[in-house]
Amino acid sequence: MDNSAVVVNDLRVQRGGRDVLKDISFEIERGTVTGLLGPSGCGKTTLMRSLVGVQIVESGDVTVLGRPAGHKDLRSRIGYSTQNPAIYPDITVTEALTYFASVLRAPADDVARVINEVDLTSHADAIIGQLSGGQLSRANLAVALLGNPELLILDEPTVGLDPVLRDELWELFAGLAARGVTLLVSSHVMDEATRCEHLLLLREGELLAANSPAELRAHTGEADLERAFLRLIKDTVS
Amino acid sequence: MTVLNPTITLATTRRILTQLRHDHRTLALMIIMPSVLLALLRYVFNDEQQFSRAAPALLAVFPFAIMFIVTSITTLRERTTATLERLMTMPLAKLDLLFGYAIAFGLVAVVQVVVAMVTSLTWLGLDITGSVWLLGGIAVLDALLGTALGLFASAFARTEFQAVQFMPAFVMPQVLLCGLFAPRDEMATVLDWISDVMPLSYAVDALTQVTHSTEIDGTLVKNLLIVAACALAALVLGAATLRRRTP
Repeated sequence: MDNSAVVVNDLRVQRGGRDVLKDISFEIERGTVTGLLGPSGCGKTTLMRSLVGVQIVESGDVTVLGRPAGHKDLRSRIGYSTQNPAIYPDITVTEALTYFASVLRAPADDVARVINEVDLTSHADAIIGQLSGGQLSRANLAVALLGNPELLILDEPTVGLDPVLRDELWELFAGLAARGVTLLVSSHVMDEATRCEHLLLLREGELLAANSPAELRAHTGEADLERAFLRLIKDTVS
Repeated sequence: MTVLNPTITLATTRRILTQLRHDHRTLALMIIMPSVLLALLRYVFNDEQQFSRAAPALLAVFPFAIMFIVTSITTLRERTTATLERLMTMPLAKLDLLFGYAIAFGLVAVVQVVVAMVTSLTWLGLDITGSVWLLGGIAVLDALLGTALGLFASAFARTEFQAVQFMPAFVMPQVLLCGLFAPRDEMATVLDWISDVMPLSYAVDALTQVTHSTEIDGTLVKNLLIVAACALAALVLGAATLRRRTP
C-alpha cells in the first residue's frame, strides 16, 4: 500500500481570474500531523477544499487515499471542518451531531464520544447558536471527528480557544495520528507549528517549504519558527 | 451511483423538523396563517355563499405561497451557512437533501391544511359537494408544489433579500392567472396560454371541480397528475442545481 495519504502534483487553482494556488506539489505521509501554515489569504483554505474535492481546480492532480480527490468512495473516509462553522445554529449540539452521524452512517454512540473529545459534554444540550465562539468552533470540529475518518482536514480548528483547550486538542490530534489517522491542520499561528511533524509553508499561493520543524530550523539557521519563516521569504524574494 | 438513501433522507427530514420545533414562532405562523387569512376573507365577503365560491381555490393558494417562501428561505440558509458544502463532502445524495426537505414540509403542510379545513368547514361555513378528503389531499399536494418550487427557486437567489423577492416573481403571476380572479377561458388568449403552463392553474381547476361535484373523472386525474409531475420535476431540477464542486 502506498505510504502517502495525499499526493498533489502541479495543482493550480484560479478564483476570480487570479491564481490562488500556483502549481504546487507535495505529499503527506500517512499517520502524521502536518501543519499548513501561512498568512491569512495565502491559499490555505483553497488548498484544503481542493483535497476534500469541493474546489474547482484549473489543472494538476490531487490524489487522496489512493483515489482522485472528490471521489465518492472518499466521502465517508475524510473528516473536514471548515474555518467558519458549518453547523446548524438553531438546534442543539447533540441534535446536529446525531444528524451528521446518520448521514455518515456512524454508530449511534459516536455522538457522545466526539462531544467528549472536544470537551463539550456540559453543553451537549445547548442550542448551537447560543454557544460562545470557542464552543462553536469545537462543535464544528466534532462533526469532522464522527465516524472513523482516515484523513482529517481541519481548517484553523484552534482559533480563539484558550491555551489549555488548545493543548488538549493538539494532544487529541497526536493521539489520532498514533492510531494511523492522517491530519492536515491549518493555522496562522506559528507557535502551533512546533506541534506538527511536518510543515507546509504557503505564501501567496506558492509552497515555500515542505519540511519538518527541525529541518526548517537547520535549513534556515533560525531556532524560532516564526523567524525561520521570515528567513525563507527573504531568501525566496532575493 | 446512489440516487437516494431512505435512511439519510429521513434523517434529513427529522433534522429539519427538529429545527422547526425549536422555532416556535415560525411553526405557529405556518400552521395558523392560512386559517387566519381564510377567516379574514370570510368576514370581508360577509356572506357564506360567496365565501364558499372563493375559499376552495384559496385553500390551494395560501399553503402554496407560504410553503414556497418558507422553503426557499430555509434552503438558501443551508447554502449560505456552508452546511450545504459540508453535506456535499459527505455520502449524501442530492435527492436525499431535496426529498428530506419535501417530506418535512409536506408533513407540516398536512397539519396546516387540516387546521385550515377544519376552520373553514366548521366555523366559517364552507360548503362543498365533493369529498372533504379529496379536497384536503389536493390542498396538501399544492403545498408540496410550493415546497418544490421554493427549493428550485432558492438555487437562483444569492441572498435572503433576493429569495423574498422571488415570492412575487414566482408566486403572484400564478395566483393572478390561476382562475381565481377571472375564469381562465375568459382571459385574453395570451394570458390563457400563460396560465396553461403554470402548475397552480391545474391545482385550482382540480379544487374547483371537487367543490362542485362528487365525480372523479379523467380531467381531475389529469390535473392532479400535472401538479404532481411539476412538483417532482422541480425537485429533480433543484437537485441538478446543487454542485459538489464550486469556484
